[in-house]
Amino acid sequence: MRLILVAILLLPIVSIHAQVDATSADFETQIITISLTQEPPQLNGMKATDAVSIFMLSHVMEGLVRYDRRGNIAPGVAENWEMDESSATFWLRKDAKWSDGTLVTAHDFVFAWRNALKPSTASEYAFILYPLKNAEAINRGEMDPSQLAVVAEDDYTLRIQLERPTGYFIKLTAFTTYFPVKQSFFESKGDRYAADAQDLIYNGPFRMTEWTHSASLKMVKNELYWDRDSISLNGIYADYITADTRARLNLFIDGKVVFTALDGETYKDALTKKFRIKRFTTGTVFFLEYNHRPGRVTANQHLRKAIQNVFDTNEMVNKVLATPGNLPGESLFPVWLDGVEDKFRREYPAPLAKLDLARAKEHLEIAQRELGQSPLPPLVLLVGDSPTAAKQAEYLQGLLKSKLGLDIKIDVQTFKQRLAKMTAGNFDIVAAGWGPDFDDVMTFGDLFASWNLNNRGRYNNPEYDRLVRIAMNSSEPKIRMDAMGGLQQILYDDAAILPQYEQGVIYLMHPKLKGVVRRVVGADPDFTYARVVK
Amino acid sequence: MTDTTITLSAADFEKVDSDVSVQLLSRPSLSYWQDAWIRLKKNTRAILSLYIVIFLAIFTLLGPSIWRVDPSLQDLNQISQAPSFAKGATLVGQYKRWNGIIVDNFPAEPDEYYETVQPVTGLKTYEKATTQQVRLIWDPVTGAGGYNIYRNQRVPEDFNDLGLPLGSTYGANEVSYEDRLSLESRPYFYSIVPTDGFDEYEVYTMLSITPRMTITVTEASDRGLIPSDDLTQIGHKINLEFHPFGTDYLGRDMLARLMEGARVSLFIGIVAPFIYVVIGVIYGGTAGYFGGYIDAFLMRFADFVVALPFLLFMILFKIAFGIGPGESGIFPMLLALILLAWPGTARLVRGQVLRIREQGYIEAAQLLGAKPTYLLLRHIIPNTMGVILVTLTFAVPSAIFTEAFLSFIGMGVAPPTPSWGSMCNDGVKTMLSHPHELIFPAVFISVTVLAFNLLGDGLTEALDSRMRSKE
Amino acid sequence: MLLYTVKRLLAGVITVWFIATATFIAMHMVPGDPLMNDKAVSAEIRKNLEQKYGLDKPVTEQYFIFLGNMLKGDFGISFTQQNRRVNDIIRDHFPVSATLGLLAIFFAATGGILWGALTAIYRNRAPDIIIMFLVILGISVPSFVFAALGQLLLVNINSMLGQSVIPVAGWGTIWHMLMPSLVLGLGTMALLTRLMRSSMLEVVNEDYIRTARAKGLSPTRIFFRHQLRNAILPVLTILGPQIAAITTGGFVVELVFAIPGLGRYFVQAVQQLDYTVIMGTTVFYGAFLVLMVILVDILYGFVDPRVRLN
Repeated sequence: MRLILVAILLLPIVSIHAQVDATSADFETQIITISLTQEPPQLNGMKATDAVSIFMLSHVMEGLVRYDRRGNIAPGVAENWEMDESSATFWLRKDAKWSDGTLVTAHDFVFAWRNALKPSTASEYAFILYPLKNAEAINRGEMDPSQLAVVAEDDYTLRIQLERPTGYFIKLTAFTTYFPVKQSFFESKGDRYAADAQDLIYNGPFRMTEWTHSASLKMVKNELYWDRDSISLNGIYADYITADTRARLNLFIDGKVVFTALDGETYKDALTKKFRIKRFTTGTVFFLEYNHRPGRVTANQHLRKAIQNVFDTNEMVNKVLATPGNLPGESLFPVWLDGVEDKFRREYPAPLAKLDLARAKEHLEIAQRELGQSPLPPLVLLVGDSPTAAKQAEYLQGLLKSKLGLDIKIDVQTFKQRLAKMTAGNFDIVAAGWGPDFDDVMTFGDLFASWNLNNRGRYNNPEYDRLVRIAMNSSEPKIRMDAMGGLQQILYDDAAILPQYEQGVIYLMHPKLKGVVRRVVGADPDFTYARVVK
Repeated sequence: MTDTTITLSAADFEKVDSDVSVQLLSRPSLSYWQDAWIRLKKNTRAILSLYIVIFLAIFTLLGPSIWRVDPSLQDLNQISQAPSFAKGATLVGQYKRWNGIIVDNFPAEPDEYYETVQPVTGLKTYEKATTQQVRLIWDPVTGAGGYNIYRNQRVPEDFNDLGLPLGSTYGANEVSYEDRLSLESRPYFYSIVPTDGFDEYEVYTMLSITPRMTITVTEASDRGLIPSDDLTQIGHKINLEFHPFGTDYLGRDMLARLMEGARVSLFIGIVAPFIYVVIGVIYGGTAGYFGGYIDAFLMRFADFVVALPFLLFMILFKIAFGIGPGESGIFPMLLALILLAWPGTARLVRGQVLRIREQGYIEAAQLLGAKPTYLLLRHIIPNTMGVILVTLTFAVPSAIFTEAFLSFIGMGVAPPTPSWGSMCNDGVKTMLSHPHELIFPAVFISVTVLAFNLLGDGLTEALDSRMRSKE
Repeated sequence: MLLYTVKRLLAGVITVWFIATATFIAMHMVPGDPLMNDKAVSAEIRKNLEQKYGLDKPVTEQYFIFLGNMLKGDFGISFTQQNRRVNDIIRDHFPVSATLGLLAIFFAATGGILWGALTAIYRNRAPDIIIMFLVILGISVPSFVFAALGQLLLVNINSMLGQSVIPVAGWGTIWHMLMPSLVLGLGTMALLTRLMRSSMLEVVNEDYIRTARAKGLSPTRIFFRHQLRNAILPVLTILGPQIAAITTGGFVVELVFAIPGLGRYFVQAVQQLDYTVIMGTTVFYGAFLVLMVILVDILYGFVDPRVRLN
């Protein structure tokens, strides 16, 4: 009797190698089951900001253009387009339909973009529409939305005037905020728009049929989609909603979901179960942001240089984070960005930080002299409340103390408090990250321009601003990339930030599910072209 | 007729000597408390708990003087080590960047698409593999567009079992890879898979390597393992730091952290429960004894405290006490814990008091003129001891874990100061692969709880007046 | 009895009002901006957001608006999920948490009473020591460990059977509810076991037990009629708050087992400073707690005739 008890108690720890028959990917029905990390908070494309909502919207809606399997821009609702320094024209196809049977027209785009820019909509992604002429003024309330320089010449022709030459504009239109919205439907729903599955109409490869909040939702193939022949899956059922990676791994092992991300702990379990682990670099860059406001100790360049000379990004990536997929942080610009012809980082290699303790100590001494304080007061490192953040912060604390004798106080704050402190400038160093909004260097480049509200450290460098303006106002790739290369150098020379790492993730995918694409921008993972094989 | 007169003399009226002791008290009379104390001292459970307490005290107070290791020192060469004997390592020079091997005259991309390609040949290490880096090279494969590199900790059984995807090379002519990902001195099984630039071909080549345990001269001299960073020492073997209980996720010594964590955890885990249980007892006792409006008012206030959202008020307390960022706020946390935890005990005690006050002996004592304070202290509360001690037993781990949670949100101890509760929190993440990080702090918490449990049992027996020794 | 209930309900309403007010004040004093997000927005948009949520009015005015709405039963729209009314959130998710919680209490109560009685009967013998050991383990190990282990156990069982027999996560059937409620109830079960034990040990020495034995009643009758009924009293006392605690404290279990309960909202709302959800859930839970306490107190009066309330 007691032995049975002991056996039951030990059962969880014993790793069983037998496999369960998976029901998550069905060849006959071509239906897959997935899990979402959280309940999508906002399915109104004009306002959505978070990854889960964007994931959903990218599968059930479509914009002027879309990304194909290889990550290149392909026709979406628009069949053709052309663009020059000051304008763009899109010719829409005549068979793109909404799920209620009506056709998608150019008017739907005009309405959606005007609506997204209306100040009363309070869209946080309105800024992505700013390349449109007058967009920024409308968003500031200085102009009426009807003055947006976007016109539907007829039902299938969209003429756009640009505020300034924007070489990457076409790529922007693949983003959720640029998706069309049918005016009559939107107005008929009022406050209830996007509240439930039946409060939306869909023009994408799938449509949502059920939504049990916080529990599950179902997407099925949209038979009215213009390219339905390319879509193999008949349904994507999100039957579970939980953020716990271990729970999702357990669901995967139990054959209930086709996909799960792994973290530093769960990957070891996945290894023992002999699952195929895949790797993907998410495109987000993590860095330490200094407080450059006058009066702050970290506004002193020599202090920052001292820290730059002792921080070994390889040690952080290989020993502290210790999951595959992460790349050492060498620059604000991640490796996947395109340059003129090749990758940006290959054409403009990042200046490499040299680990030099003697040099670092010299810088530190100069800093102490300039600031008139020796030893320096403790620095406050502001971090979020995620476990990885805490680990990194402790590592930095130990590193700076042992190598430079600097005292670091770790300030752990929950999300909103951290943001508030960042905006108020209530920190010395903050552990920050930035994910790309669109597929162009500019999404990282303008981050530290002095007018950018996201530049919470208030870094102010006129030379930096100048280069950003050059890149913003030109559509000539070489000129823009040169300017960005210059920015990269400035950030290094001035040690304005300290890049830590480029985030990578490892994940599991059902072996019979092929054609899933992982993207840096847009829906990730993208199941649009996926299929279940025998 | 006999003469019935009794003649009395003066001697008859002499006092009788009371020299015979009639009643010898066999032992001195004991009060209730004295009796309880004597019985407690003899109680096995209480003695056991005493030993545990003594051990914990020695561990906490004397431990750091005996085991002089800095609990915040990060030994990144020995991350998450299980308990073991001291390991040896060879000294090496600083890490030098390696540009890898790119073969000339070999196309990066194939000219056409190949259905299948040959598996990689010539897979070997570029130089001796150490825990600083493992450098692999191989021969290029015709028709490939790149290679994927995997690493497993046991022999791969088939194509799906290759292990961790370490990285890729971009082009068939890039035929090298450097692995530095948390290398330990254990067998690794590397596999190279050729790709067409996007998708993999289903062939692989495997190589087994056990890197040598090494440490750079600079690091070793920084940590005092060797006298100087003189480079002539390269190639010598030294012993790395010894960690009897292993290390945590940043290479910090577990034993030292447990000792430092003991201070915080035991302080909070003992002082906080004692205080709020005492408060709860007084509060609940008063409410239960007096009843009526006093009871109603007191209990509604207790309900109110329980219903407040915990996290919100914790954040508020932190602000109110002006704890700066990254500073330890032990006393404010103590206060906060106490202020929010007493209602549970109060409620329990009140329930007991309601029951007891209807007992006969209470009424008897009242008739004898006992005041409420006397009644509460002498009669009622000792009889609620059972319930009180149970609450105490549970209050201890509850306080420890609440403290861990509070430290996590920035109130309480600031990193890198450890506490048993926060060590448990961290240990849970690596529960299955490095169980020692969770087991040790959990065991210490269990032991503390056990001590209280046993003490509680002993006290209950000692205070039970029915078991009081009879003459 | 009726008068008593009415008085308690009235007092309950006042308590809930206090809870709402205290929470409201605390919420507005906590630093952090509910409207601030990763992407900074222009001043114009900011103003619009504030207007939309009524945050541009002075705090006292906001309080009275909130009170007014609360009396009408309207808690507004969530800040983070702008398409859902707080009432809908509570209405959709509370029943799930309640079911989970009640099932957990059921396990905890039956288990606690059973084990507690066992340890008292077999005092100082093998069952007592084993159970007490498990109890100590149960409270020294944090709850998320049990949740993770519990789920792992299910995964292993399914692996051994080759089929997914018991669901490892999700919600819907009774099979989904078993493991989560068991894990959720563990802490309370340990507490109740310990309470029962000490309670039983006290009762077993009482005079009336001796009288009953002297009268010749069978041990079973004594056990159920007298011992159990008296020993249960402390258990009942904390049952009220424990029910409320379990229903609100299900956060970890809901996360690990992907259960669409209210516990997750409760915690995340504070982290994200979602004012409306914080107020809605706090007031709701406060009312629930007060109700539970009243119910249990009335129940207590029935079980223990000595404690008929004044």
